[in-house]
Amino acid sequence: MNGTSQMLVYLIAIPLFSATVLLLGSRALDKVGHIIGTLASTAAFVVGLLEFFAMLGRAPENRAVTQPLFTWIEVGNFNVGATLLLDQLSICFVLLITGVGTLIHIYSIAYMSHDKDRRRFFAFLNLFIAAMLLLVLGDSYLSLYVGWEGVGLASYLLIGFWNQKPAYATAAKKAFVANRVGDVGLSLAVMIAFVQFGSVSFSGVAEGVEAGKASSLALNCLGAALLLAAVGKSAQFPLQAWLGDAMAGPTPVSALIHAATMVTAGVYLISRSHFVFDVASVAQLLVVIVGAITLLFGAIIGMAKDDIKKALAASTMSQIGYMILATGLGPVGYAFAMMHLLTHGFFKAGMFLGAGSVMHGMNDEVDMRKYGALRKYMPVTFITFGLGYLAIIGVPPFAGFYSKDKIIEIALDAGGAKGIILGSITLLGAAITAFYMSRVMLMTFFGSKRWEADAHPHESPALMTIPMVILAIGSISAGFIFNLGDRFINFLNPVFHSDHSGHGEKEHLLPPIVVSALALTAVAIGVSIAIAKYGRGKSIPAVAPADVSVWTKVARRDLLQDDLNEALFMRPGQELTKALAIVDEKVIDGAVRGVGSLTLDVASGVRRTQTGFVRSYALWVIVGAVGILATIAVMSL
Amino acid sequence: MPTPKIEYGILAPVLVVLAAAVLAVLVEAFVSRRYRYVVQTTLSFAAIALGLFTVILNKDVSGRFAEGSVAVDGVTIVLQGTILIFALLGLLLIAERGFQSFTAQASTLPGSADEQRALASGLQQTEVFPLTLFAVGGALLFPAANDLITLFVALEVLSLPLYLMAGLSQRRRLLSQEAGLKYFLLGAFSSAFFLFGSAFLYGYAGTTTFDGIKLQITTSPGNDLFLLVGLAMLTVGLLFKVSAAPFHSWTPDVYQGAPTPITAFMAAVTKVAAFGAFLRIFYTTIGGMVWTWRPIIIAISILTMAIGTIIAIAQKDVKRVLAYSAIAHSGFLLTGIVAFNKSGVGATLLYLLTYGFTTLGTFAIVTLVRDAGGEVTDLNRWSGLGKRSPLIAGIFTLFLLALAGIPLTSGFVGKFAIFSAAYESGNISVVIAGVLASAVAAFFYIRIVVLMYFNDPQEDGTSVVIPSPVTAITIGVCAVATLVLGVFPQPVINAVNSLAMFVAG
Amino acid sequence: MNPYVPILVIGAIGFGFAIISVVAGYLTGPRRYNRAKAEAYECGIEPTPPAAGGGRFPIKYFLTAMLFIIFDIEIVFLYPWAVSFDQLGLFGIVEMFLFILTVFVAYTYVWRRGGLEWD
Repeated sequence: MNGTSQMLVYLIAIPLFSATVLLLGSRALDKVGHIIGTLASTAAFVVGLLEFFAMLGRAPENRAVTQPLFTWIEVGNFNVGATLLLDQLSICFVLLITGVGTLIHIYSIAYMSHDKDRRRFFAFLNLFIAAMLLLVLGDSYLSLYVGWEGVGLASYLLIGFWNQKPAYATAAKKAFVANRVGDVGLSLAVMIAFVQFGSVSFSGVAEGVEAGKASSLALNCLGAALLLAAVGKSAQFPLQAWLGDAMAGPTPVSALIHAATMVTAGVYLISRSHFVFDVASVAQLLVVIVGAITLLFGAIIGMAKDDIKKALAASTMSQIGYMILATGLGPVGYAFAMMHLLTHGFFKAGMFLGAGSVMHGMNDEVDMRKYGALRKYMPVTFITFGLGYLAIIGVPPFAGFYSKDKIIEIALDAGGAKGIILGSITLLGAAITAFYMSRVMLMTFFGSKRWEADAHPHESPALMTIPMVILAIGSISAGFIFNLGDRFINFLNPVFHSDHSGHGEKEHLLPPIVVSALALTAVAIGVSIAIAKYGRGKSIPAVAPADVSVWTKVARRDLLQDDLNEALFMRPGQELTKALAIVDEKVIDGAVRGVGSLTLDVASGVRRTQTGFVRSYALWVIVGAVGILATIAVMSL
Repeated sequence: MPTPKIEYGILAPVLVVLAAAVLAVLVEAFVSRRYRYVVQTTLSFAAIALGLFTVILNKDVSGRFAEGSVAVDGVTIVLQGTILIFALLGLLLIAERGFQSFTAQASTLPGSADEQRALASGLQQTEVFPLTLFAVGGALLFPAANDLITLFVALEVLSLPLYLMAGLSQRRRLLSQEAGLKYFLLGAFSSAFFLFGSAFLYGYAGTTTFDGIKLQITTSPGNDLFLLVGLAMLTVGLLFKVSAAPFHSWTPDVYQGAPTPITAFMAAVTKVAAFGAFLRIFYTTIGGMVWTWRPIIIAISILTMAIGTIIAIAQKDVKRVLAYSAIAHSGFLLTGIVAFNKSGVGATLLYLLTYGFTTLGTFAIVTLVRDAGGEVTDLNRWSGLGKRSPLIAGIFTLFLLALAGIPLTSGFVGKFAIFSAAYESGNISVVIAGVLASAVAAFFYIRIVVLMYFNDPQEDGTSVVIPSPVTAITIGVCAVATLVLGVFPQPVINAVNSLAMFVAG
Repeated sequence: MNPYVPILVIGAIGFGFAIISVVAGYLTGPRRYNRAKAEAYECGIEPTPPAAGGGRFPIKYFLTAMLFIIFDIEIVFLYPWAVSFDQLGLFGIVEMFLFILTVFVAYTYVWRRGGLEWD
């Protein structure tokens, strides 16, 4: 049975307490706010490390620990305790969140040093860390839901942090709406789990699934609801549109929330619910399809973006597509998805920080067409960004190679036509990734200077470069370390029960070495095309050329996703709201008119407006009454 | 003819409050103007406290009293307790004298010299206290009524004072008077429906007692025309009171026009009382007709949620937003009626309790945001409030999150309970509609949060005044209740569930 | 005999009385027209001219009407009690006393707050 640990609560309590202090604290805290915030995050990281080492000291099957806090809701047999659970899966996230989180806190000290609201910014960051930790530490879907809403709120607050610009506020709103759609999925999932299994804890649902308490239809519905939640949070097709706009937030936020941690919550949710997806074949297939579509979708959008952060965001979308795809491929996929998630956490966070550093040196310019030749002026940024670049396109021995290669491998092994299709998609994705990331590299750090007149690029201060260096080291080594002797897979085995030893004996469609070769060939092709188009001697216009093929235009517009969303959802919704608003405004306007004419003709004015409206209200009452009568008449026929 | 038997002890909560209301009228008549405020507040608070005490004394009672016209059981006890707690909090807001919420002389013509004189005298009428007590008395009787006539009397005793109270606002006199008159006319209209329905039911069963009607339904099943028409009309009357669509149209106007303390009182107390009666009638009296009424209530519930949430998005006035939110919440509460099972009763009671605290707190905060002329309800002028007074904005955020049903607030616990009760009953359509509506609703709640924190404060004199102790207590109690019911709801859930039992019959 | 017949008879008598009194007045009364005759109320009070904007009448009429209703309702409830008070005994007397008391409270309020003073 699981042991207990009394320290888990501190993981959440420390950043939460710090966030409260910073939010409620007076201006006097302005001078030390960032230090308090960073210390809180560091302290959480230290607690996480201690727990990690304690965990390694135990036998693999006893590694999970819990900490019951209190009974939250208990009705009859239904019991939701607020209990924290730390197992091999959660510790990965805990270390990622607090580790990368702390680095980003440090980075933000310098990055946000000119912002007068820096204290508030750190409070939100701490709040996010606390919520995200709750998300991964809760032992039930309900606790997860609390954290899920919490990260949504924190993300929303941070995207809109610079809300002086209306576009940013719109972006925050868009992110919020997409997330709400996802949240509907999660609340439905909680409801289905509760009704089917009488429990919402992970272990309770797992036992219920095993005991065959639910029909296959119910399980597939549960899976689909969970997938909807994951799609919303992890910016997967068709709810991916918000991620690009979310880049409006400060760059450290993009690095922490919209690259390394929060957007991967969907992957966590699916991995955590592996017991559902393992038996819900339709839902599992949906997961694969969503992952496959998104990985191509994101990659294609990435090719057309000139905004460095949006290009990186598209890449995040695509990489999470890889992870989701992997989780849909059954037991063996979860561990590889997790591995890619962690390596991606390193290199993508590193690249975002690099992008932030570039923007810092270039007067917050985000258009890559106005960069160029920056490698000489920002050497540290160039090198760390470059290492992240090598990692993401999957050049050995960098981190991305190990994790992405494995996903391509298991995609090919999915069997039959499915395997070939998925394998081709993942390979194609790898080629496109190589292309657009090379494009980013070339346009930013190589080529000619295309700067604005007032740009004076300079290297960022040490507080910013040190986190970048640390993350770069992670990008270099993480994959190799994880993969050494299948260490990572074995570590996670007790959670997913994916006996990897069996994997080795399984018939491969292609031998691993051939897969690696294919993948590297795809990468090489992508890089070569990029160099041919954007490399030495090619001029890059400072304004995006307009006479491009229709496909480029479509890609620039996020593959028309926004237009589609607008036509399908936003516009009818807006029209409906508008129509209803008109109905309502007539009442308000009428009242205002009434008050206006009152000065001229007190009584008759009032009488006219009032009786008019009461009459129409009363009409509604009659309509309703007739409706009820009619329904009853029909019902009792 | 035997002498009727009246169990004064068991009816004490209602009797105490109504007696105090009568006394309060005498206070208005005989106590000099200078001391009236002190005497009235003392009397009102004492009456409510005594009422609460007698409710607690009754906690193990279950039976029918006063010749079968009143049913006191676990459900009644919970509802009466809830109503009295909310009445206490509402009275605290009404007793607030710093804000001049109430008009100096309600009968003066707006804009007339009389009004100016009354205003200049600086006095505020204290009639609002007896009126409140009458309303509370009616509210206490409403969910306990076990007879159509008692129910109607309770309905009118609850409603009539509210019509008057809605028209007492000091600011925007005309809007307030308009609200009062509108509420009165439509209320009278719906009362007519109610009476009409009662008459039909009497025609059907030959009795006005709930037990008699229930007996008739169970012994002679079948679709009697009188029964069906009576049922429909009665439902209309009740749906009007809970402001379910399409009988909701009075709500925004009245919530906006009424003085905010009254809106707070009305939003919490009326909702509890009306849903209490709803529960009793639909769960016991016409429970046998569930297959007839359930589809209707499902449709009304979905319509109400949809109208409440969608129109709320377009609102620009904070009180109107909250009014539409109240409509949406009626839709959510109707899912508890749809559930028609054991957990539905407890869930509805729990939801009423959680919602009442939150809504009282929300309106209490609305009374604090003011400029030189009085309350500021234009949402645009609330922008940047979070920067100006982080504490008040923070508490308001808490209330909004609770209204949105975000976990760790009471709103989530209530929603979870009521939706799972409905799901358990197999009516998945309302649950899906409810979850969707909650998702949409979160949008406009969060929009206010964003407005308060993200936008810059406008320099137009809008500010948050420091609340006096009475208002501060209300806000504090509501905030603590919202939080505690969200984090440690267990004791309350247990208490409610252990009591949530109708008298056997 | 059908129990509704007496009701019909009473209805017919009431209706007949109304018609007969109007007709009798028309036939027997002298016809002398003057200014007072043409006024709305023959009791000598001139109808108040409409307030500015028209339509509002003094609240006092309303108060008087309400007072009338208070006592009217009181009688409505006193009547059935009077019919069966011997059977209701002490209980009936106490309850009726309470009822009259509450009605009286309303009256007292109106009286104390000047509702009975006509300027």
